[in-house]
Amino acid sequence: MSTKPFRPDVDAPEYKGKYAPYDIIREGTIAVIVVGLLVVLLATLFGSPDERAITIKTWSNANPIDFATTALGEMNGSTITAQYGGPYNTAAPGQNLGPLKLAQWAGVTIPVNTVRDFVINPLSSVPNDPDLKLALAQWKGANSAQQTSWVSNYSKGAAKMTWSHGLINVPATNVGPVPTIINKLTQMARSGALDQALVTGSGFYTTNYTKPLLFVADGTYLANLAQKQHLLGSQWGMMNETGSYPGQAWLWLYTFWYQVTPFSTSSNADVQVSALMGLLSLLLLLLPLIPGLRSIPRKVKVYRLIWREHYSA
Amino acid sequence: MSTTEIERQWTTRLRKRAAGKLPPEKLLPDTQPAYVSSWIYVFGVTTLAALSLVILTGFILSIRGPQWWHSSSIGHFVNSMHLWSVEIFFFAMIVHLWGKFFMAAWRGGRTATWMTGVVTFLASVGAAFTGYVSQTNFDSQWISTQAKDGINATGAGSIFNVLNLGQMLMWHIVLLPLAAVLLTAVHVLLVRIKGVVPPFEEKTGATK
Repeated sequence: MSTKPFRPDVDAPEYKGKYAPYDIIREGTIAVIVVGLLVVLLATLFGSPDERAITIKTWSNANPIDFATTALGEMNGSTITAQYGGPYNTAAPGQNLGPLKLAQWAGVTIPVNTVRDFVINPLSSVPNDPDLKLALAQWKGANSAQQTSWVSNYSKGAAKMTWSHGLINVPATNVGPVPTIINKLTQMARSGALDQALVTGSGFYTTNYTKPLLFVADGTYLANLAQKQHLLGSQWGMMNETGSYPGQAWLWLYTFWYQVTPFSTSSNADVQVSALMGLLSLLLLLLPLIPGLRSIPRKVKVYRLIWREHYSA
Repeated sequence: MSTTEIERQWTTRLRKRAAGKLPPEKLLPDTQPAYVSSWIYVFGVTTLAALSLVILTGFILSIRGPQWWHSSSIGHFVNSMHLWSVEIFFFAMIVHLWGKFFMAAWRGGRTATWMTGVVTFLASVGAAFTGYVSQTNFDSQWISTQAKDGINATGAGSIFNVLNLGQMLMWHIVLLPLAAVLLTAVHVLLVRIKGVVPPFEEKTGATK
């Protein structure tokens, strides 16, 4: 009768030593009480952060020019969302992992047309405004080339955009209804109506904030506030939260890759970092099956510290 | 009904199989090997204790809904307890994971125990992340709008929309906690079935 050779990194020796009393219920109860007291202590001493969410209303009142510039960007296709690609639109192929165009293959499943969804549709819900009604009729009655021409002409003067007496002013000509549209949208935003229009566009009940979040993230207001809270990607933002709290410290490795080359300079960093973390997670999962890696614990001998009483006996 | 017929029942067979694998003295042991006497073992039970507090505080937050804690001092305190129990949970779980790595705790047919532990960790990362984007405050606005790019780049954003509060909240309070708790239960049962991994046997040449 043959026996398989003992593999020290796979097999465990049969324990024939002593046993000690062990009260598992008592141990569990004490653990819950101690951890519970620690949680109460930490919650009492440090609390938890709750920075109020910004709204399009607060954004457009705090910085109407940034809001109007973003709104214009949604119309001329220069914002992040307008140029995003999947899952929102087909404006870009999205990132690729070598030959794998994962975002493109996944397709457009959350369609967002920035002109329609962020500008024209919300304005169309405004009642009793003859000037707006006329501007929207002019916009909708024009062909695509005419619309592009108006927006392009307006965009050329956007660098000199000013805000005075409650109006956005841009020195530009042959711009059709664009100034009215931008001003009416800014007024709508400052009143708070745009916040509601963006979430209720698909009905009374909703729990989906995709559109207002995309719109807000296209401006600089949100990012500027985040920078003050040290939340930018370059500031290890993904794992941080507002205030001096530990945040998602367990994401440190995921965030770390974004800080170093080649990822920090790669246009495909997101998919590359995700793939790398997926690979590392797989290695961790399959570690017991990987020769070499599974021998590390035996070779580094940290186990002698852990079981020092056993080895000193 | 004959004895043979009873013996063939699925219920009887399952009970016998479960009792054979996990008799009461293994499920609730009153002794343990003498080598189980290191501080590192504390972190396993600390993880379980913290998880129970995460679930308990989550239940309390659920009673009044996702925005209660913004307007109630009691709600804010419960949210703070939820946050700190999560922080302790992850701290203890990561120390536990490193400890088990240095013990090579997968030895002796314990590969499934290791794997369920790793998957529990990954599910917990997802549960915590979906919690962060469901807070309905500035943090959730910023984290979700940043995280969308990483998820969208993999194609997963086509079905997992981090900007959809309703979807994220469902993942946070139903799907991922359920996965984490079930995986933890399987993990603990595997530990009870297989026992705590013994030390390396140095005398037999297991180490150089």
